[in-house]
Parts: sequence; C-alpha cells; structure tokens
Amino acid sequence: MEILDFVMTNLNLLGKLTLEHIGLVVVAVGLATLTGVPIGIAITQNERIATVVLYVASVLITIPSIALFGIMIPILSTIGHGIGYLPAVIAVLLYSQLPIIRNTYTAINNVSPGLREAARGIGMTSAQRLRKVEIPLSVPVIMAGVRTAVVMNIGVMAIAAYIGAGGLGVLISRGISQSDPRQLVVGAIAVSLLAIVADRSLLSLQRRLTPRGL
Amino acid sequence: MKKLKQSRFFQLPALVVVLLLGVYLQRSGLIDGMLFYWEDIVYLTKQHIQLTAISGTLAIAVGIPLGVILSRPRFIKVSEWAMQGLNVGTTIPTLAILALSMSLLGIGFIPSVFGLFIASLLPIVRNTYTGLLGVPAHLKESASGIGMSASQMLLRVEIPNAAYVIFAGIRTALAINVGTVPLAFLIGGGGLGELIFTGIDLFDTEMMLAGALMTALLAITVDILVAACAFLMVPRGVNPSRA
Repeated sequence: MEILDFVMTNLNLLGKLTLEHIGLVVVAVGLATLTGVPIGIAITQNERIATVVLYVASVLITIPSIALFGIMIPILSTIGHGIGYLPAVIAVLLYSQLPIIRNTYTAINNVSPGLREAARGIGMTSAQRLRKVEIPLSVPVIMAGVRTAVVMNIGVMAIAAYIGAGGLGVLISRGISQSDPRQLVVGAIAVSLLAIVADRSLLSLQRRLTPRGL
Repeated sequence: MKKLKQSRFFQLPALVVVLLLGVYLQRSGLIDGMLFYWEDIVYLTKQHIQLTAISGTLAIAVGIPLGVILSRPRFIKVSEWAMQGLNVGTTIPTLAILALSMSLLGIGFIPSVFGLFIASLLPIVRNTYTGLLGVPAHLKESASGIGMSASQMLLRVEIPNAAYVIFAGIRTALAINVGTVPLAFLIGGGGLGELIFTGIDLFDTEMMLAGALMTALLAITVDILVAACAFLMVPRGVNPSRA
C-alpha cells in the first residue's frame, strides 16, 4: 500500500525519470546502430579485420559498466564532461557495438551464396546487391542485435545514475542511500518493467520488419 | 591453427599500445597515486573474488541440475512456462536485482551474494536446458539402443554433447556476475566498488581508477579463465573451438 501511495503521489517524477531513461537509451543505441551496422557490413570484406574488430568489441563488453564510467571520468574531464550525460551515452554506445556488429556480420555472411550469385546474374552492382538483397535478408538478425543492445543498456543506464546521468536509477540510488524501501522498490520495478516492455515491443517490431518471404 | 595465427596478428600492436599507455600513466604520476591504495586494493580484490566465487559456484551448483530437471520429458509442460519466465527474468537489470534483494534481506554480505546468485543463475539454467534439448535425437536413440539407462545416457551422452552450450551459459553468467560485484558495494557487500564509488564521490581520480582498472582486469581474467576451461573440458569431438 505504501508503495502504491508513493507511486500515486510521485507520478510526475516517475514519468519524467522514465522519459529521461528512454531518451538516453534511444540516443545511444540509435548512434550505435548508425556506427555498428556499417562496421558490421564493412568487416565482411576481410576476415582478419573482422576477427580483430569482434575481439576488441567482446573485450569491451566484459568491462563492467561502473568500471568503464570510472575510466572515462578522467578522460572526459579534460573537455569538461567527466560526469553526466556524455559518459553515459558513450558507455552505452561502446557496449552496443558487440551485439550490433556481430549480428550484422553473421547475418550478411550467412546470406546464401546462391542468392548472391542470382543477384549478380541479373546484373546488379555490388552496391545494389547490398541494398536490395543482403540487407533486407539480414534485417531480422540485425534487429535481434539491436534488441539485445537495448535491453542490456537499460540496465547500464540505471547504473549511470551514479555518475549523474539521471534516469530511473536515481530512484534506486536514492532509495539505497536514504534506506527508503519505497523508492528502492519502485525504482527497481520500474527499470525492470521498462526492460521487459522494450524487449517485447522490439520483438514484435522485429517480426514486422522481417520481409514476408522469410 | 588458423584462429591462432589471426590472434597473433593484433597482439603486437596491442602490446605497444599498452606499453605506451603505461609510460604515459607513470609519467603523469597516476600509477604512484594508485599504488597509494595498494593495501585497500589487495583487501578489496580478495573480497571481490570471494563474492564472485561463492555466488558463482552456488549458481552453477543449482543452475545445472535445475536445467537438467527442466529438460526431462516429464516436466515439459512446466519447463515451457519456466523458460518464458526465465526469458523475462534475464531482461531485469542487475542493479534492480540487487536493490530488490536488499529490500528483502537488508544490507551486507548475504543479500549481495543472493542478488549475484540470482543474476547469474538464469543464463546457466537457460543454456543447460537449450543445450540438452539440442542433443540430436539419433544420438539418444542409439544410446538407449546399446542398453544405456536414463542416468547413463544423461551423464555419458547428453551432458558431454551439451557441454559447449552449458559452458557458454556459465561464461555469460560469470561475466554478468563479475560486472555486478562492484554494485554490491552499494548494498554493503564490499568489493572493489568501494574504491570506485567512493572515488567518484570524492572526485579522487586515483582512487577511482585503482578500483575501476582492477575491476576491469578481473572481469577480463575471469572471462579468459572460463573460456580456457571450456576449451579443455568440452570433449574434442563436440568442441567447435578445437575443431
């Protein structure tokens, strides 16, 4: 009951923090898609570079988020953005690279050689082939990568509250430091719900974006 | 062999970068600043490893049997529901899991271990289950054809064949676990998070970097160790990384 009361009296705050949280994730994952998909496509041209890029991305993702924030503070302080919005967005941008690059790379690589051959046979240039054959066929897998990135980074953004980026993590951090179970539970449940809802809705978007033939 | 050659290709540049970074840090006095906290680093690293080891072992000890039980045919109805639940569960952020664990159990070591345990349990159960279900039916059939009992079949056919997928789950779980341990400081569990969060609050770059670098190093080490275990322990014939 106490918790429901808290939610009702703080609906405005809750809405504001949720929007902040969504905004941060959308901006960061959006940028990550803009960089990750081209990188994923580019590295299909060279297996060696692909191994290196995927290796670097997989090392990056093992670094705990709070450690990454910590490492970025002194670096970004030199341009006056040690804490707040910028490091949070950069961290999420880096974390999103692995799922997006890897999925793009495997998807494009897995387009069946027969289809590629057929496209070449009807006289498509390689740019046309990419745009009209390879990318449409890869969309579902690429979207799955984006979905992984979004879900993961909703959690990372919650931690970013500790470096002043805002979002629903603020409720959790306040709840812990003031030993206030209401804020704690509301924050934790709100973040979890956000992640679950994002996962489900991206899954249905993924299904809708899949070309009918697949 | 081909993979090994490719990995050597970028080892040298990486080493040079690390060396240059080291020289730069030494000259800027950061290293001395970080070594000032050496005793704290050692103490907290031990605590950090302890948290990971206890919660990780518990998660493996509970997760694998749970996955095995769920994959048995007689639980098929339960397991479909359970997997739906687990899929939803894995999307819950770790900070939220720790926060909920704190609201249930209070602060200290035990709630931290419990939170970490839950966070790393889900990937293990899920991968054990999918790995066992993915064992080709003809293998199981031939196993029962040569007269293996159900438990023999599980131990000598199904688990070895699913081992690679199970290890992948353990690797994911431990990566999540090590990454979450710094947050355990917030609910009084100790660990290297103490240096990071206190460093951020005090604007003490050296203190924070000491914690952050050590945490990152530990995470990468654990990941490499688990990968090595998978490489050595998964039977050769069903191990894609050894093929």
